[in-house]
Formats: sequence, structure tokens, C-alpha cells
Amino acid sequence: MVKYSREPDNPTKWSYLSMLQNLEQKKSFLISRKKYPKLIAAGMSNFFSKAEVTSSGRPVLLHNEVECHLLSAVDLEPEDHRHFSLLKSGLLILTTHRLIWLPSSSASTPTSASAIPLAAISHIFSSKKSLKSVFHSPRIRFQVLVSSDGRVFDPSSGSGSSSGSGSRSVVVTAVIRGKGDCDGFLVKFWDSWRARAWETTKTSSSGSGSASGSGAATGIGGGLYSSDGSVRMVGVAGILRKEQEMWESTDKSLQDAFQDLNALMSKAKEMVMLAEKMRQKLLSGTSSQTSGTNDEDMGSKEEMQDWLLSVGIISPVTKESAGALYHQQLSRQLADFVRIPLESAGGMINLIDAYCLFNRARGTELISPDDMLQACSLWEKFDVPVMLRKFDSGVMVIQNKSHSDEEVFARIKSLVTKPEALRTGISPTDAAMTLGIAPAMAKEHLLTAESKGLLCRDISPDGFRFYINLFPEIDPCNMYFVKDYGICSTWIKAVSTTGAGGLGIGERSSTFR
Amino acid sequence: MQKLGDFKLPHFFNYPPYFTLQPVRETREKQIQLWKELILDYCRTQKIFVIRLEEEFPLFSNSVIERTLSHEAREAFLSALVAEGRAEWLDKGRRNCLILWHRIQEWADIIVNFVKDNGFEDSVMTVEEIRSGIESRGTELQGIDRTILVRALKLLEHKGKLAIFKGTSTDDEGVKFSV
Repeated sequence: MVKYSREPDNPTKWSYLSMLQNLEQKKSFLISRKKYPKLIAAGMSNFFSKAEVTSSGRPVLLHNEVECHLLSAVDLEPEDHRHFSLLKSGLLILTTHRLIWLPSSSASTPTSASAIPLAAISHIFSSKKSLKSVFHSPRIRFQVLVSSDGRVFDPSSGSGSSSGSGSRSVVVTAVIRGKGDCDGFLVKFWDSWRARAWETTKTSSSGSGSASGSGAATGIGGGLYSSDGSVRMVGVAGILRKEQEMWESTDKSLQDAFQDLNALMSKAKEMVMLAEKMRQKLLSGTSSQTSGTNDEDMGSKEEMQDWLLSVGIISPVTKESAGALYHQQLSRQLADFVRIPLESAGGMINLIDAYCLFNRARGTELISPDDMLQACSLWEKFDVPVMLRKFDSGVMVIQNKSHSDEEVFARIKSLVTKPEALRTGISPTDAAMTLGIAPAMAKEHLLTAESKGLLCRDISPDGFRFYINLFPEIDPCNMYFVKDYGICSTWIKAVSTTGAGGLGIGERSSTFR
Repeated sequence: MQKLGDFKLPHFFNYPPYFTLQPVRETREKQIQLWKELILDYCRTQKIFVIRLEEEFPLFSNSVIERTLSHEAREAFLSALVAEGRAEWLDKGRRNCLILWHRIQEWADIIVNFVKDNGFEDSVMTVEEIRSGIESRGTELQGIDRTILVRALKLLEHKGKLAIFKGTSTDDEGVKFSV
């Protein structure tokens, strides 16, 4: 079970990565405590800061801390060593952040690992090449700020203020008795100190990873610094570091995102529960309605219905009660609105067209197709001059109640008995143009007229056309007979004038077979 | 005058909807009636006994108005004829139709009259002679479809008016009248 802990420098941030780091540090601290119990006491009064060490003796590096140089058999001597112990013959490790001194395993007096934060160093003395130095072991001297309790100023502890609280400084000499490259070390020392890598670490907000992992792969020696002092991404170490950083930032952003999402989900759950409660209340309210319910109750129930509708919940009230007030109002509004389009469309308008027009007119607060259908079906209950009509083909239209099919048929008939129409018939488009209605509507009308026996269809490569129905006038027993004043004779006349029929005007007389 | 060969076509032959199978019931019934009559008339005058649906049939297209009956329409009209007893399907796939513009009974009567007119009451004739003999020239029996003729003869045989017998192996079937 993972517990979250706060990051030390940012109390509002939660990161389980910082928890990890704390655990690591705690672990190594506890281990070293176990290993050197006496030394803890000794170390407490030591001049230098404590340096964490792993169980195998490696230093625990800070976040972004990179080892730079190593010198063996180094003594660290503070000048004022009356009060402070000196560290003898240990391993001096220069990192981007600190000078770490590790006791060698063959040390006569057991001492703990120590560190001097580079931030605490105020000055590094350049090496003086003198006659004396030829015979002596090389020395590196630097000045360290000392805090009020006499110990090396540790900028990473306590309140975190970076301005030196130490009032005085002490010169420390590192005597290099081993065979290491002293001059190179000095150069690196200068570079690291000037680079002030610890400052960029302080300002970065990401949590620190397990420091031992990132430090393990860094090699001793050069190549890790770019000219501007930042750590170069080099080799496998660089790749690993980059991966680490990417992973950390992703994790952090995910954490943030899920925070918000969790909050949203919990709120949504509440909302749904509330809506359900309302719904139940409404349902129970309507079912147990008595005739003597007062107006207030009804009013609040209406309100509740409206509110439910506004958040998209279908009203639980059944159709018998004429639906919600919302639909009633919508129905009336629609009836009013649709009057004008109906007129311009010739008395009949496709439901889909009406829907589009209505929504466009509304601008905002668009209605759904369901709402539209509901509103139209409510017209039956009201006294409005429009009605919804469904054709056999499934097409639904809004038409005036005063609209009569007979009148339309009369118009179609007059259209289809014109000479041109007699010869070539009419298409839905022709009818649409003449009747002043949409082609789809015209087709519906033509089909209806056909079903009434007024027209006949003609399907050919030229398309779908309609002719006046001549069949009723033709007698099968007397096929060649044509009445003088029927529709057939009119048709023959019309057809033959263009020479298309070829029957000739003289052929109108009857011939018996 | 619109003609198909020497056959005079009715005026509604140029009416485009005539060539489209009408969906409305009443209209379709009328249309079917008209087509039935037209087919029978045409076959009678042109002495056509079989209509093959997959072949071109002059009556089913009108080049003037550029319309042709669809296969569905042809089948519909011929089926109506079959239902009326004025035609028969020769195969199960309904590709060939035998048109009986005279019913078999009528043909039988024609044969009887033919026999009586020519004094063949007790004589013998081959089936082929009835169809294409000198005597049958100018009569309706000339060029009659063999299937129909045989059917009519069988009907008469059943009635006892004649007897059909097989001739020698290479010869045609023979008929002995006893009208």
C-alpha cells in the first residue's frame, strides 16, 4: 500500500517519488547508524556535514549529482582543528554538488563519511607552485563558510535560505597523499564550484529519483560537463537520465490530471443520485395524486419536470397527462412558427425541412428530433391549424388542416392534360415547379394521385414520369373504338399533331372487329 | 395507321404507361386485359402459336415511343392468359408459351367442320396432311401448330369422332375419321 508523502521544499505537492527518496535516505541512514553507532556520536561533533553512504560504501548521491573526480588517500584538515577532527587518508570524491570524503577501509580510527557542500565553499585558492610544494604532497586549499554552531554551513538543511548564515569561514586543506592527478582535480573543482549545479536542482520542482541509480553509471573523470556547466547527456548514463526525467514529468502530469478527474467523477456521481431522487419523487407524486392537490404542489412539480428536462432527462410523466409543459409550449410555438414556411411551400412541408428551419430560427437552445416529433404529435390535442401526416412511403409532412387532397388532384389533373404533358407526361420536378412545392412533396402527391387512379406511371431510361390515366376509357372488348369526346381522343389529338403517334386524325372513328 | 406487319395496332399502343407494369390494382387489371386481347388478336392474325419469352417479339416493343415490355411484365401478361385458359406454359421455367387463340375445343370443332366440308367422313389422313395438305389451304388449319393439332385430335378421339393410329415406322401418324 503506497502512502503519499510531501516533498520537503514544496509542501503542497504530493509525490510518491519523493516518498521513495525519503525511504532510501532513511534506509541508508539507518544502515549507517547500525554500522557505526559510536561514530554517530563522534560525527555529531564533526566539522563536516554528514554524507550518506550505501551498504557497500558508495556515497548516496543527490538528485542530479554527478561524480567528477576521485582522489585517494586524502586528508582533510580544517585549519582550526583544535575543536574539529581531521579526516585522514580517505577517498575524496568531487561531485557537481559536494566534496565527499569517504573513509578508507583501512583507516586506523573509524570515521564516518563526510561531505562539504560546494555551496558552502566561498573560495578556492589557486595552487602555489613554490619550492616547498615540490617536496610536499600537493595541497588544495579552500575556504568554507561556517554556521553559528561551528559546523560547516549546510545549505540543504533546515529552512532552505540560500544566503549564508555563517558569519565566518575556515580554511580547509586537502592534502593529497595518493597518486591522483591533483592539478586536474583542481581544475574540475573550480569548474564544479563555478557551475553551481546545486542551484538549478533547488529551483527545479520535480521530485528526486533514487539517487544511487542515477549516479551509479557516471564515470570518473572528464566528459560530463559541457561548457556552460550543465550536465551533459552523454553515453548510457545520459540516456538513462533522460528516460528518468521524462518518466517523472509524465507521472507528475498524470497525477495532476487524475486529481481533477477524480473530483469530477465524485461530483457527477452526486448529481446522478440527486436526479434519481428527484425522478422518484416525481413519479411517486403523480401516482398518488388526489383531486385536491393544491396549486403549489403542482407548480413545484412542473418546475421539477422542467428542471429535469433541462439537464436532458426525459420527463417520467406519461402521455395521458399531455406531457410536460415544455412540450406543450414547444408544440404551440412550432405551430405558430410553421405557418409562414407552409404558405411559401404551398401548404405542405417535409418534416425534416421544418425541423431545420425551426432550429435555425431558434439559434440557441436547439431542439432534438425527438422533441420535434413529440411536439407535432401533441397537435392532435390542441386546436391548431396544422397537422402531421405520414405518407405510405414513410415520408412525414406538416400540412395545413385546411389542405385538401382533392384540390391538389384537381391541379395535377389540369397540369397533366395540357398538350405537352399528354405527349410526354410529367416528372415530379415539373409538378413541383407548377404546383410551387418541393420535388419530394410533389412526388408524394403524384404517387397518391396514381393510387387514386388519376395517373399512370411510365418507367423508362428517360426516368419516372406520370401520364393521365387513359385505361378506364378503353373497352377491352372493343379496343379500337375511341369515343369522340373522351380523354382518349384528346390524347390522340395531342399526340398526333407532332406526328409521333402516326395514327392520323381520320382514325378516330370506330372500327369494330 | 400504325401497323406491325399487316396488323393494325390500337391507339393505346403508343401510350407509354401501357408498357410499364402498373402498380395500382385497378389500373393493372385493365392493363392486363388490354394486353391479353392484343396478344390473342395478334397471334390469331399472324398465326403465331408459340411465344418465346427470351426472344424478340414484335408486339412487345414499340420503337416509335421507344418502350419495351420488361420480362416481368411479359410474364405477368402471359400468366394471365394461362390462367384464363387461353395459353399454356410449355416448360417449367416459363420461357415458352403456347398461345391458344382458339381453344382446343374450338380447334376440334374446326377440324370436324373441315372434315365435313371436304367429305372426309370415313377417310384416312395423316396428321401432316391435315396441317399442310391442299385441302387445308386457306383454312384455319393451314400451318396449325402440330402440338395443338394433336391435342385437338386426341380430344376428338376421346369423343369417338376419329381414331389415331401409328403408321409404319417412317410414316406419320394417321387419323381415321368417323365423324
